[in-house]
Amino acid sequence: MKKAPLESRRQFLQYTALSGAFAGFSLPLLAAQSSVDYRDILPESMTKAGDSFSNYGQPSPYESKIIRWISANPDMPGNGASWSPLHELQGSITPNGLHFERHHNGVPDIDPARHTLLIDGLVEKPLSFSVEALERYPMQSRICFIECGGNSNSSWRSRPIETAAGYAHGLVSNAEWTGIPLKYLLQEAGIQSKAKWVIAEGADGASLNVSIPLKKLLDDAILALYQNGERLRPENGYPLRLVLPGWEGITNVKWLRQLRLTDEPAMTRDETAQYTDLMPDGTARQFSFEMEAKSLITSPSHGMKLPDNPGIYQLTGLAWSGRGKITRVEVSSDGGASWVDAELQQPILSKAFTRFSLPWQWQGQYAMLQSRATDETGYVQPSRKQLLANRGRHGFFHFNALVSWEVSEDGYLYHVYPD
Amino acid sequence: MATSIMFTRISLILTLLFVLPVLAAQPLYQPLGQAASDLSDKPEWNLTISPDGEALPPGSGNAAQGKQLFEQHCVACHGFGAIGGSAMPLVGELGSLSGEYPEKTVNSFWPYATTLFDYIRRSMPPSAPYSLNSNEIYALCAYILSQDGIIETDVELNAVTLPQVTMPNRNGFSATYPQ
Repeated sequence: MKKAPLESRRQFLQYTALSGAFAGFSLPLLAAQSSVDYRDILPESMTKAGDSFSNYGQPSPYESKIIRWISANPDMPGNGASWSPLHELQGSITPNGLHFERHHNGVPDIDPARHTLLIDGLVEKPLSFSVEALERYPMQSRICFIECGGNSNSSWRSRPIETAAGYAHGLVSNAEWTGIPLKYLLQEAGIQSKAKWVIAEGADGASLNVSIPLKKLLDDAILALYQNGERLRPENGYPLRLVLPGWEGITNVKWLRQLRLTDEPAMTRDETAQYTDLMPDGTARQFSFEMEAKSLITSPSHGMKLPDNPGIYQLTGLAWSGRGKITRVEVSSDGGASWVDAELQQPILSKAFTRFSLPWQWQGQYAMLQSRATDETGYVQPSRKQLLANRGRHGFFHFNALVSWEVSEDGYLYHVYPD
Repeated sequence: MATSIMFTRISLILTLLFVLPVLAAQPLYQPLGQAASDLSDKPEWNLTISPDGEALPPGSGNAAQGKQLFEQHCVACHGFGAIGGSAMPLVGELGSLSGEYPEKTVNSFWPYATTLFDYIRRSMPPSAPYSLNSNEIYALCAYILSQDGIIETDVELNAVTLPQVTMPNRNGFSATYPQ
């Protein structure tokens, strides 16, 4: 675990500003009561039997506002996204019901007993697999994030969007995916030497198809059947999906039905018209698969209000990189003029969410909170100014710059661009 | 004696089953893929159309036919003349990509005309994918492409002519993989 130098942490915290932490404390005298009716003095929940068991547990009704935020086209309600409420969550695993969604034509209803996966093209022998057969293969589990290439796309706009952190940056989630290393199935079919790409196709209402380098499927790709220990949710690809750790969401094809090995990419709509990054000179970056290091403070964040002035607040957030492990997250409260290392929570896994935290003493002054991630390749998350200088203003995909929250003197938080 | 032989056999089997695979770090599993050459030849497993157009089906269509079909199936979302509505504009904006307000239409941005056939067949209209037949899809491609003079209005698009269409932004992409 990386720890910040004590001196700078002290400065950030300003412990000396703490005052009046403990008042006097002594045991109360027991009243000489002869008969106490505990039903009058205990919480109601302790005075009666609780609810019965449930076959499948649901969140507390008091948490009913913790939801994915849906943005879809009213004329085509299955084409859109729902955003994970990152600002309401803790830890690093996204609950299955809150994992972000991106569908191109809705969530299909697939009976696993009638679903087939075909591996064909440049193979020695084309093979089909039933889901039942796939259940007998050796499986591996991998905790990793999946991030839509279009996550944070509102940040390309010239004015900052005023919405909750998760509803602007929550097209990313982190789960434990369990399934079969793709290389086992590809090797069973026998790979011809000419094969360089694989066209993956889903069994949804968009028959979504993309080209994936064979090398990635032979590296760390998983044919996932399980998500956080249970079968994939329908909206996350039930019964089969690709999980390509660290790579753009679109390549993690859901409802997978076919892998066709080829020598060239197919130039599908979702690797040409979409999920390519337009540069200032009018050309576009294509096959920009890796999601580069990124972080944001999830609490406090937009829409929250700091209740105490002065007060101590636990800054916390998430960092991730498609190139490996997060090695450092720095936090600034002055818009990037000075930085302090945050504490990274274990486990720190490659291509997975890393939770960071840092206590912050706020004394009612204007502040601008930012976090900045560094990954094990040495890549440092860019400022928005740097990103725009490199990619222009119309990239739309792959926005990974610093996110800034302004704290007003009365404790309200807003999304701002520092420059 | 018999017991000893049996024990040796069991040990050998156990060694083969468990010890060797562990030492070699090789997964041990039964290959369960079914031979599927017959599936590979079927149309439902040959949906993807690559730029070479190899998997394009028979049939043909032209812009006049496409205009009628467009007004029947597409205008509600893509607007009259395909200039956009609740869904993306499909035509116009050629040369806008390096400007202040770039617009990524089919005609200004898409590098291959074959992709248009591929995408319409699998996705459009969203309420009924695969409801258009091959003649209709060729016709819709012809209508959209002819709007910006990428093809002449009298061209019949088919499995031979569609892959020959050169899109204006054919060379507008640079692969970042491998890095």
